[in-house]
Amino acid sequence: MNAPVTPSADAPAYNFAYLDEQTKRMIRRAILKAVAIPGYQVPFASREMPMPYGWGTGGVQVTASVLGPDDVLKVIDQGADDTANAVSIRKFFVRTAGVRTTTNTRDATVIQTRHRIPEAPLGENQILVYQVPIPEPLRFLEPRETETRRMHALEDYGLMHVKLYEDIARHGHIATTYAYPVKVEGRYVMDPSPTPKFDNPKMDQCAALQLFGAGREKRIYAIPPYTQVVSLDFEDHPFERYRLDGTCALCGATDSYLDEVITDDRGGRMFVCSDTDYCEGRRAAAGKSSGQGPEAGHG
Amino acid sequence: MYVAAKGGERAIENAHRLLAHERRGDPSVPELTTEQIGEQLTLAVDRVMNEGSLYDRELAAIAIKQARGDLIEAIFLVRAFRATLPRFGATEPVDTSAMTIRRRISAAFKDLPGGQILGPTFDYTHRLLDTRGEAGGDQTPAQAEPDTTRMPRVTDLLAHDDLIEPAPRSGTDEPIGDLTHDPLGFPADRDLRLQNLARGDEGFLLALGYSTQRGYGRTHPFAGEIRLGEVELEFVPPELGFAVPLGRITMTECQMITQFKGSGTQAPRFTRGYGLGFGHCERKAMSMALVDRALRARELGEEVKAPAQDEEFVLSHSDNVQATGFVEHLKLPHYVDFQAELGLVRRLRAEFEAAASTPAREAAE
Repeated sequence: MNAPVTPSADAPAYNFAYLDEQTKRMIRRAILKAVAIPGYQVPFASREMPMPYGWGTGGVQVTASVLGPDDVLKVIDQGADDTANAVSIRKFFVRTAGVRTTTNTRDATVIQTRHRIPEAPLGENQILVYQVPIPEPLRFLEPRETETRRMHALEDYGLMHVKLYEDIARHGHIATTYAYPVKVEGRYVMDPSPTPKFDNPKMDQCAALQLFGAGREKRIYAIPPYTQVVSLDFEDHPFERYRLDGTCALCGATDSYLDEVITDDRGGRMFVCSDTDYCEGRRAAAGKSSGQGPEAGHG
Repeated sequence: MYVAAKGGERAIENAHRLLAHERRGDPSVPELTTEQIGEQLTLAVDRVMNEGSLYDRELAAIAIKQARGDLIEAIFLVRAFRATLPRFGATEPVDTSAMTIRRRISAAFKDLPGGQILGPTFDYTHRLLDTRGEAGGDQTPAQAEPDTTRMPRVTDLLAHDDLIEPAPRSGTDEPIGDLTHDPLGFPADRDLRLQNLARGDEGFLLALGYSTQRGYGRTHPFAGEIRLGEVELEFVPPELGFAVPLGRITMTECQMITQFKGSGTQAPRFTRGYGLGFGHCERKAMSMALVDRALRARELGEEVKAPAQDEEFVLSHSDNVQATGFVEHLKLPHYVDFQAELGLVRRLRAEFEAAASTPAREAAE
């Protein structure tokens, strides 16, 4: 899949990366504003895309607007390159932009993701594009956009702290496991998209540009490189990074986020890395340095 | 060795092939043509053009066929195509009073200038399932001399006596909003609300309009007038500077006459709700008019307490392409988040069981 692909004959009517240049310009303006105000949700005139809302139309529009002919694209869903929706979006860009694609995190210049941040650290030459369903971190506390915009403007985040406090009062700890809210550069509370909170620390001081696109809700936001991203918590209840205490059955990783796989109907289960590229990389490395066991891989 | 049970490229391709196969159905039955859809399933075509926001009967018919008759899917196809079209300008406002009338009724007056014209309507049919297939038979319509009487809009007739609020003036300096080019913000003015409703899901608007009749934001509506027919489209090319005709399209318009109110400074008079759509779309136009009126609560100083009056609620949930996408995206994998929730539930259960197995201690202390 690494060879350059020219757009196929049945898609000649569309511009490079599908969107017309005017639309891309509008989206790039929104991205620039988002980069200038880290964590702030910039409204943009999201277009109908040829995939349904909820399938990553926001991420696809952002990717289409930042993609150039020399880029190398990686698309993941649930951490994996081979999930159906990741395959479908990757094919979309192969077809409409003819860009090179990869599954290797380090080789990619643009990575579009749904629900995960790759395990391998990202670099300065990379852009991570998140697909976002509900961009507003306060939405489930306050359904009205007019209210939540006011709350952001006034930095009025008391409601969020009350919610987290109520979790602690009721359960003994914060009961938010994914889409765990963060504060960006000490100002805006931001929804990291439904990534597990295991991934939250990776956003902090990340070398890559992180862009978030919400198509149905018509919002773009961003975390510029090397920006402070703090998961909300309390002094006496600090943020905890949750990881299941298990080992990947394929590569033996003890540090990666794991998918649980049911293997039979008698309660049998196993755990495998959710990040397939990370897992394959470790297995390949273990294979090369033979006899050293799976733990010898990179990471 | 375990192989991750994740769908790959082959699975998708096979699913698409199977879909195409199912779409075609039994090959011994002749294939449906888009001409047949365009000519015989006209109301489906009209709905797809309306909610797809694109007046093109042929494309709508193709979309219906491709979508296997799933109209929301067809609307989605049309919308996605529409989003790729360049915008070269906006037409002049359509003059519905100059409409070539095919149907025109008023529930507010028994007779009126121009008369009541039933036109092609289901209204007085008996809904008896026609199992003998006569619904498909050849029918030549009754003929009459063309009537050249002007058909003034009922609301214009009432306006002469100031009994109803005037229609908002067009051609003001305020540019008309366009939610396909600018994200919708709140509060939204009536231009944007009407645009949103015109694209909105017929079923959703029907239910909301119905709710206002049942007391959730009651407006005491009368169907002042419903008209169906052809209107002229005119466009002013910047290089010419005067209007040139672009062609004619079919539209349905509904003007609801609603609750009157007065204040210390204003005499009581009727208010309006407005509905307009492509093709023949009475249910949609009437529902739209009811919801438009309900959404004017803020402007008219009424208390906002019912769902149909709540513009954020209505406008944020009326688009069926958005709604179906987000509801159906629950089919996409959520393993990662579910895993996180599973971990928390296990932990909470372990803590619960630990607490339950040492019950007496706290009580003893």
